[in-house]
Amino acid sequence: MLNFLPRRLLQLIPTLFLVSVMIFLLQQLLPGDPALVMAGEEKDAEVIEQIRRQYRLDQPLPMQYLYWISGVLQGDLGESMRIKQPVASLIADKLPVTLQLATMAMAFALLIGIPAGILSAVKKGTVWDSAANVFALWGLSTPNFWLGILLIFLFSVQLGWLPASGWVSPFEDLGQSLATTVMPAFVLGNAIAAVLMRHMRSAMLQAMSADYVRTARAKGLRERAVVLRHALRNALTPVITLGALEFGTLLSGAVLTEQVFSIPGFGKLIVDAVFNRDYAVVQGVVLVTATVYVILNLLADVLYVLVNPRLRG
Amino acid sequence: MNTLSLIRHGLAFMTAFSMASTAVGQTTLRIGLAEDPDELDPTKARTYVGRIVFSSLCDKLFDIDDKLNIVGQLATSHETAADGRSMTIRLRPGVKFHDGEPFTAEAAKFSIERHLTLQGSFRRAEIAQIDRVEVVDSLTVRLQLKTPFAPLLAQLTDRAGMMVSPKAAQALGDKFGTAPVCAGPYRFVERVAQDRIVVERFADYWDKGRVHIDRIIYRPIQDSTVRLANLKSGQLDLLERLLATDAPQVSKDPKLKLVTGTELGYQGITMNLANGEKANSPLAKDARVRRAFELSLDRDAINQVVFNGINKVNNQWVSQTNPYYQAKFPTPKRDVARARALLKEAGVSTPLALDFMVPNNPETRAVAEVMQSMAAEAGFDLKIRVTEFATSLNEAEKGNFQLYMLAWSGRTDPDGNIFSFASCKGPLNYGRYCNAEIDGLLDKARTITSVPERKALYEQVAQRWLTEGSVVYLYHRALLFGHTPRLEGFKVMPDGLIRVTDLKLGR
Repeated sequence: MLNFLPRRLLQLIPTLFLVSVMIFLLQQLLPGDPALVMAGEEKDAEVIEQIRRQYRLDQPLPMQYLYWISGVLQGDLGESMRIKQPVASLIADKLPVTLQLATMAMAFALLIGIPAGILSAVKKGTVWDSAANVFALWGLSTPNFWLGILLIFLFSVQLGWLPASGWVSPFEDLGQSLATTVMPAFVLGNAIAAVLMRHMRSAMLQAMSADYVRTARAKGLRERAVVLRHALRNALTPVITLGALEFGTLLSGAVLTEQVFSIPGFGKLIVDAVFNRDYAVVQGVVLVTATVYVILNLLADVLYVLVNPRLRG
Repeated sequence: MNTLSLIRHGLAFMTAFSMASTAVGQTTLRIGLAEDPDELDPTKARTYVGRIVFSSLCDKLFDIDDKLNIVGQLATSHETAADGRSMTIRLRPGVKFHDGEPFTAEAAKFSIERHLTLQGSFRRAEIAQIDRVEVVDSLTVRLQLKTPFAPLLAQLTDRAGMMVSPKAAQALGDKFGTAPVCAGPYRFVERVAQDRIVVERFADYWDKGRVHIDRIIYRPIQDSTVRLANLKSGQLDLLERLLATDAPQVSKDPKLKLVTGTELGYQGITMNLANGEKANSPLAKDARVRRAFELSLDRDAINQVVFNGINKVNNQWVSQTNPYYQAKFPTPKRDVARARALLKEAGVSTPLALDFMVPNNPETRAVAEVMQSMAAEAGFDLKIRVTEFATSLNEAEKGNFQLYMLAWSGRTDPDGNIFSFASCKGPLNYGRYCNAEIDGLLDKARTITSVPERKALYEQVAQRWLTEGSVVYLYHRALLFGHTPRLEGFKVMPDGLIRVTDLKLGR
């Protein structure tokens, strides 16, 4: 039933190759010279030359790409110019942070978005429906950084219940870890919940008006069974795709939210790297997130097949 | 279980208990930084925030006091030869590095030579005049210079004067910055990139009577509003670079303390005189146009509108309290009529459009907008082009600007605030001002240590540079710190770096 898997896995190779070329080329479009940024305030000419030589910035682009990609294929993502740490270890440091944040945010999104979507579809036109729609509008139109700062002011500065920033590993101190991530995870999850709710609602409405739902009702099934067993199962397919894509986006780092809560995740890593023109870090992070994204997409396809028997060929 | 193992368990329990109780009594100072520092190797570091962290990790041969006088730190005295070509430095006895190695003349020689020769050194240019380092005896070194160099002592109050353990530096090589071993009051514990740098009290510090806090955690938090929120909610005890607009709020808050000083650096506008095609403008060709531009600006009003009047307005590269300030050239008052007259004299048809490049941050943007409306009254049409910082460096280098808002963090010696900007080949001379006479004066000022003589040379520089040069100085920015009242003994130093000795953290 999953005989498409080997073919899809093979397709990953050209995709990732193209991604690596794109990352490299797009980065070259950035104005600004890494050597000038790295040279500090003084901009000593000798130092600038030395940086260019050391990081092979003086070599032609195809050569630079070859140096990088041959390293990557041997598992070496290069070294951060700015802090002289291997890119792989920087990514390994940030991955658990981003993973935890993304998972918690996704949990918030699913717990809020799916039930709200179902509810508003089933109770279409009632107060419940309007309330869910107002919530979705609010979730979609509230900027993350603003909601984040408001939460900090309420829960950290005024009430003093939650720490305003930082990240603690759950293996070190679970309570503290949840305390530091609950606000940012809610901020991220809230926005996604709104998107999920809208999609869930329209998919459910479509399913509820389908013939098989009428048949199910006609044969005397209880409404609860009609909604959950017949309509929901069919309506979930688009929501799964969307959820997987949103999760992929979360894993590529939440730039603004991480800045506001000072969480050392992927988003902060890549933004700082772009501003410092720390090419190796930008390339490494984008390559890793692109890989994650592609794999999540594949997983979503697998999930479809599990949820929808018609796709099992 | 026999008696012996019972005793052993009991002892283990007691040890664990006593360790727990010391952990409770430990004091930790949490400092919020505006950026994540770069490499923590004094030879290869470049950033201002990095210097803040170094002031707990790495002691220097010399330091500055709150009046900008140079005082000994790891050096006890120094003597410059009559011809200015050598400097003999006596070192403090009984100093240890964090790895227990003794600080000796050999170690000092090693550190200075490392600054001079290590690949990727950012210190080489600062102390390039040192020809060689001689060990006179176990606690005396002599620096032989290629040419007399007055700013040398000031350079040794910063990273070029930081001493590293030769043993650790040889062992770690290029990776020294990942676990720096110096002779400062705190030793390196760990660093998590973009999250924290942790240091702890060094038990064998030479001046340990002045160290009262057990641990310091430096936390980079870029957004200034968020940094302040963290101070208010108690996640930080001290923060640097508060926004000027947040200062009144902090000073009114009974749960916070505001401490201010004035920077050694300045904010100014660089004018393009001879760098590429954009230099083809009346601004570059006629010094009267440049004076008209300066006269169109009201520095006090800019300071009031954007910074609540907290900065120090000035027209020179050193502040009014600096010994090298030239009282003969006071800051000109705004004079729109005179500015208009100068433009007319120069035969400029108004409005004169100028490309004004402004690195992107909320304060510089606001300053640029205020300047735009002021200059418009005199006949200038400033086209503000807000540019991301790294890009602006490239554009400045290429000469793709007519006006460029540039900030300089400042140096202890006046040479550091003018030489690279005004000398023909200066790496920061983006406007490409070039005058052989000024070059000669700047070179000469580098060789003279007598303050009045140097000041006289700089007076001649100011005479020309302030009337026809490529920089209009606006103000010295206020150094703004906020901290909890629990923190005692915090003083703002002229260089803005946080000295951690003498700090106490109450309950």
